[in-house]
Amino acid sequence: MQTMTRRNILSCFGLGMAPGWLARAVTGGKKTMVVVFLRGAMDGLSAVTPFGDKAYAGHRPTLRVADPIDLDGFFGLNPALRSWKPLWDSKQLAIVQATGSPDTTRSHFDAQDYMESGTPGRKGTRDGWLNRALTEEKAASPIRAVALGANLPRALRGPQAAVAVNSIASFKVRDDAQGDFMSMYANSKDTVLKSTSHETFEAVKLIDSINKQSYSPATGSAAYPGSRFGQSLLQIARLIKAGAGMEVAFTDITGWDTHINQAPQLNNLLGDLSAGLAAFHEDMGSRMQDIVVVTMSEFGRTARENGNRGTDHGRANCMFVLGGGVKGGQVHGQWPGLGPEQLYENRDLAITTDFRDVLGELTAKHLGNKNLAAVFPGYSPKFRGIL
Amino acid sequence: MLRRTVAVLLLPALFAAIPVSFQKKLSKAERIDHVLNRLTFGVTDADRAAIAHLGVEKWIDLQLHPERMPENPALLARLAQLDSLPMSSDQIAEKYPPANVIRQLVRSGRIDQVKDPVMRARLERYEERLKKNGKVESAPFLLTPEETKTLRQGTLEERKAFLAKQDPAMRDAILARLPGGRQDVMNGSDLGLRREMIAAQQPNQVVYHDLTDAKMMRAVQSTHQLEEILADFWFNHFNVFYDKGINRMLTSSYEREAIRPHVLGNFKDLLLATSQHPSMLFYLDNWTSMSEEAAERGRGKKKAQGLNENYARELLELHTMGVDKGYTQKDVTEVARCFTGWSITAPRVGGSFTFHQRMHDGGEKLVLGHRIPAGGGKEDGLKVIDILMEHPSTARFIATKLAQRFVADEPPPALVDRMAKSFTRTKGEIRPMLQAMFSSPEFWSEGAYKAKMKMPFEMVASALRATNAQVDSTVVLTQHLASLGQPLYKKVEPTGYYNSAEEWTNSAALLGRMNFAMALTSNKVPGVRVVIAPSEARAKGLALGGPEFQRH
Repeated sequence: MQTMTRRNILSCFGLGMAPGWLARAVTGGKKTMVVVFLRGAMDGLSAVTPFGDKAYAGHRPTLRVADPIDLDGFFGLNPALRSWKPLWDSKQLAIVQATGSPDTTRSHFDAQDYMESGTPGRKGTRDGWLNRALTEEKAASPIRAVALGANLPRALRGPQAAVAVNSIASFKVRDDAQGDFMSMYANSKDTVLKSTSHETFEAVKLIDSINKQSYSPATGSAAYPGSRFGQSLLQIARLIKAGAGMEVAFTDITGWDTHINQAPQLNNLLGDLSAGLAAFHEDMGSRMQDIVVVTMSEFGRTARENGNRGTDHGRANCMFVLGGGVKGGQVHGQWPGLGPEQLYENRDLAITTDFRDVLGELTAKHLGNKNLAAVFPGYSPKFRGIL
Repeated sequence: MLRRTVAVLLLPALFAAIPVSFQKKLSKAERIDHVLNRLTFGVTDADRAAIAHLGVEKWIDLQLHPERMPENPALLARLAQLDSLPMSSDQIAEKYPPANVIRQLVRSGRIDQVKDPVMRARLERYEERLKKNGKVESAPFLLTPEETKTLRQGTLEERKAFLAKQDPAMRDAILARLPGGRQDVMNGSDLGLRREMIAAQQPNQVVYHDLTDAKMMRAVQSTHQLEEILADFWFNHFNVFYDKGINRMLTSSYEREAIRPHVLGNFKDLLLATSQHPSMLFYLDNWTSMSEEAAERGRGKKKAQGLNENYARELLELHTMGVDKGYTQKDVTEVARCFTGWSITAPRVGGSFTFHQRMHDGGEKLVLGHRIPAGGGKEDGLKVIDILMEHPSTARFIATKLAQRFVADEPPPALVDRMAKSFTRTKGEIRPMLQAMFSSPEFWSEGAYKAKMKMPFEMVASALRATNAQVDSTVVLTQHLASLGQPLYKKVEPTGYYNSAEEWTNSAALLGRMNFAMALTSNKVPGVRVVIAPSEARAKGLALGGPEFQRH
């Protein structure tokens, strides 16, 4: 395992040329929050199955999870998440049930947009909640906020510098053209491109220094899946271990919109999710004390399966929270029940915990940003005791 | 899966950038620059000459009437080689079947009925490969060591000469597992050999190759530039996703029949054609949507699903009215009921549109305040389209989207109003809307000049045009586009790609553009050749990767 030390990260910049953010990045501010968006609406009722709810089996004649891993006598983990059972047992994995957004849209993009902006029902919000979760810093690391992928997600857009990184190795300007491009963009009258390019080149320099360090995961068994998600987590792990001041990281998995023939698709997706995060957890080792991972999905799926062995757009879902400081080994949140009169519109699991309660608690207690009124304008998150 | 709302486009851009003025007029030089940038995939010397000769107005008029201009013969010759482009889905299923079709053929034993022995061997080989998780074995056992050496180390010409001597089955088997020089074939100038090799390896990849090759080459070479921009625009507006199941057989005919004939025609024809094309019916699941009674009758049967609202929702939200522009969830459900029974025959081989009375909800519906009486059958869906065509939200939404493409991310409301009025007055004619836009003071203002960020496809095409690049193969270009954030025909979400600066302004994409520009000008994009003096290559690369070239 290679960890970047203060000395070798400084050496990358040359003596006396260390940028201001570096001291802070290397000495303090080492908490990281990793956000995983499950796009397409995960079937939470299959991921964490309420086998103790009398109405459950009747709703799911073919999709009922037959052999859940019992968590507390009422809820069970989908067997595809079995690699998380040790994390549950060591109380590093918490589940929040019946979470969601108060806006009742069943449109994927609306619901995702609201969750990423952090302002359900308000389309006018310009920036994303995860960007606002970053505090104003004069000397912040250029990679304080990183999204894995080609595009910056809505959640990370906003005034604080945030970069989209496809991969550490490819994040650079080739052919020694960087200096020329830097001055061209710096002198441009195009303010949008000028500011983006400034962030970009700062990040390029830092990530290049990280790329020069060799990296192998903590243990041989920390095998990240070859999937896009697994490889994204591997990049996130490298950036965390580099100690270069990354505060938030964002990645996603698409394909959860299982209207038809759900079971095999969900099996693959949950397998990818659990294998990736289990590898990440193992790789991070004791660093998990400073890390919290949270999953979110735009809405849940119908309580009843449809006629095509699938499920349609619903309401409440579950969120997973993983980390050393998490009050794990328990299912948080109030269970609204699956009986016909308990369901929202006699169709969907009702929401009892606003998703902003979970994200707000993590933002305040883990990232240390107490100004939640700015992160989630118009809403006062209620802490649920997850941390 | 679906990330952001179209409504975001209507909001002020995230970073209010250059102060805009839609009143300030452009100079004559700026006008020519502007119209060439906006109405083509990038300025070329030939365009400058043409517009100098014709004058701006006449040039625009010709672009609005592409049938009056002969197409570039080099492009037509290229397209003629892409034999999957004109194919029906059945023909694609037969000649370029995707993996699931091959699997069914093999498992049902019907592979013996495939008459062509080359094709039969190809399918068996592909099935074998699928079982082995895609591992390709090279073909040395078919060949002598000498022959293997020729293929590994020879030039493209030597390889071609060797392959020409083989009988068809042997040639196909060798191409499937070429022991060397795959990249040479993939990026070389022999389009036929490249397609043959792809077919020997993964038959359906030929269809994707042809679609992307045609799209890229049309953008670069077509004399009908505006028509090509609109083909891209309307496909994106009515987006379907190539990799969703049978769309690997349907996307070609979708673009060819549902989109391209109508790009300058009437919006209603686009709506009708897309609503009835199996590609859209499959992509947004309408083909399985049925009344609750039908679902009840079919309980226990595989496809008895019930009402599916996906198409209905996107029809209102993305195709016509715009999100939250005057419809309710109840309207979505009612529209979905109207479209029950609009389905696909023989879906496993692509199929075609059909109406299934037994799936249809025969009851009365109320759509946006209009009563649709019981018993309308297939006509219900057509009535919905009529209602949507007349709704003011549709006129406004389509006008806004067009103005966002051609004028600015936040188009001036007065211009949008005039375009919407044109839509309403002409009952959805697209050409008059464009004419209204191209003759508006707003289009010719400083507020519009260089106000648009190029999308990656536009950036790449304009760079190829600016360098007068010779494009032998678009395979690597297509890969570049995917890493720049715009994989062709593979936008998962029905939103299509967002045509606003903020969507494309981020670090990874910006670096990607700089790197593409440097690679192109130093002849490091396989399949593409530019003629630039070595002493000028660097400066040209910096120009194409620099801030000015990212706008148009």
